[in-house]
Amino acid sequence: MNKSGLWILYKKELADHLHSKRFFIVLFIIAITGFSSIFAAGKGIVEAIGKQESDTFVFLRLFTASDGSIPSFISFMSFLGPFVGLALGFDSINGERNRGTLSRLMAQPIARDSIINGKFLAGVTIIALMVFVLGVAIGALGIIMTGVPPTVDELFRIFTYLVLTIFYMSFWLALSQLFSILFKQTATSALAVIAVWLFLAIFLGLLINVLADFLYPLNSTSTLDIALKNSKMKLYLNRISPTTLYDETTITLLNPGVRSLGFVSQEQLIGAIPSALPFLQSLMIIWPHFVSLIAINMICFTISYIYFMKQEIRA
Amino acid sequence: MMDKVIIKTTGLTKKYGDFTAVDNLNLEIYEGEIFGLLGPNGAGKTTTLLMLLGLTEPTEGTAEVAGCDATKETLRVKRIVGYLPDNVGFYEDMTGRENLRFTGQLNGLEPDIIEERIEKLLERVKLSDVRDKKVGTYSRGMKQRLGIADTLMKDPKIIILDEPTLGLDPEGVREMLDLITELSKKDNRTIIISSHLLHQIQKICDRVGIFVKGNLLAIGPIETLGEKVFENEPITLEIEVLPLDGKVIEMINSINGISDIKTIEGKVIIQSHVEIRKELVKLLSQNDYEIRYLKQRGRELDDIYSRYFAGKE
Repeated sequence: MNKSGLWILYKKELADHLHSKRFFIVLFIIAITGFSSIFAAGKGIVEAIGKQESDTFVFLRLFTASDGSIPSFISFMSFLGPFVGLALGFDSINGERNRGTLSRLMAQPIARDSIINGKFLAGVTIIALMVFVLGVAIGALGIIMTGVPPTVDELFRIFTYLVLTIFYMSFWLALSQLFSILFKQTATSALAVIAVWLFLAIFLGLLINVLADFLYPLNSTSTLDIALKNSKMKLYLNRISPTTLYDETTITLLNPGVRSLGFVSQEQLIGAIPSALPFLQSLMIIWPHFVSLIAINMICFTISYIYFMKQEIRA
Repeated sequence: MMDKVIIKTTGLTKKYGDFTAVDNLNLEIYEGEIFGLLGPNGAGKTTTLLMLLGLTEPTEGTAEVAGCDATKETLRVKRIVGYLPDNVGFYEDMTGRENLRFTGQLNGLEPDIIEERIEKLLERVKLSDVRDKKVGTYSRGMKQRLGIADTLMKDPKIIILDEPTLGLDPEGVREMLDLITELSKKDNRTIIISSHLLHQIQKICDRVGIFVKGNLLAIGPIETLGEKVFENEPITLEIEVLPLDGKVIEMINSINGISDIKTIEGKVIIQSHVEIRKELVKLLSQNDYEIRYLKQRGRELDDIYSRYFAGKE
């Protein structure tokens, strides 16, 4: 009975998403930005091919390169991730509450958690669908433009990157859903998500800079130790933000040249061969990031559970 | 007499911070009856219903629905209880039929049973013509009737209706009440109605409970309710006798138990602690007085209404 309840809710939510105008707006925006960035990057790559050492990892550079006029695909995804999660989830629970359908739903013999589970899973499915379809489509466009097919290593990297993007967007979905449980008004929950987004994207970095410079002031007399502490503090605190986690993971995944995300001393570099890392080595570097992204998804979800299971449902 | 208890609450209490919404409620509802939970807004009616359904947890006490603990065995309770919330909402971009189908699926019914039931129920609530129209186009009365059909999808033993007549026009109210009566008498389901519209609901309830400020003031069949509510208060009689002279006042005053007597605009107002009507009439007629008018004040449902319900909206 429980399982079928979840399945039925999931199917209904999925159908609702696919029929909603909101979904098409999101898809449209993502597709437009994605294609334009790939197009611009592809053009740059075609011009540069054969000139320098730019022949390696051409396929990956489709996603990471920017011609200066349009940001790269990865920065678009990093920027639009919160928007996708927000659009799909900000009214998931309080919308039902305001329409008076939640109490009717709750009066049916289904477990409470299947309501949030069904909604979340349907949202994740939509995100996965969008990300993969888009990833494949623009990858194909890139191949046509540059004429360079991806290597197996590159395919693994792109696939992992797409999965990562799903987790990243799912986090924003989970957060939006959490706010839709906590706040009674859909406008409030939407604004709350936007506030968190702006805070993490802009203000957190500024605050951390101020704090780090206050604790470890940098001037002409500061020692190396202080300078290192200053930088480390900035780096670690910035990783509170899922956007930072996502960006660092993306860079490492799609740029095989990245060997470390922390600080490397001159001695450590001695003897290192300046070549690209294999896929699994890159994955090892950002594995903690990956796990953290999954963990914050779970944290959001756990809080949602705690609140929703005990919440009183009134019309 | 219906006597099998189907819903029983013991010391049911719900507090929101310092505010007590429902205070130590002990209530028994019998199988097959229509029970009216009446009270002004904010009396704790909806909170009580939510606790019966396990949609909110009681602070203290227990609610037992058909032998199940409403807080712990919510799924079993929800399988046999149909609930129509006040301001019921439907998915507006789905048709009436689709909405009912969704409810049927959530109840784990077989597809052919679902379709069969939808047809029958839509027929019953007179929505067959609009079954494939989107619910967004329905009027309030239609939505409310669809709500009844929705609660019936699971073929419940108990139906809980929260303010089912609110916002309906007189015709809609009549239809709704007929439908509710039919559900009880024909299908033999137990029905609980909560309402602040005493006048509308009183006609169809077998028993009612008057709920004020979280307390159950009185419970019983509607006829005896006035007596119970005003049990400890003096009975006030209004009487018009001819001829109205000093002797008659004296005579009335000689009856035992009278606490106060006065004459206002040709009417004698008598207050007493016991029932004196019979004695009074006998005495007056023996002495050849003509009684033109006799009315007991303050024991009617109207008086309950004006005291507890009116002016508290």
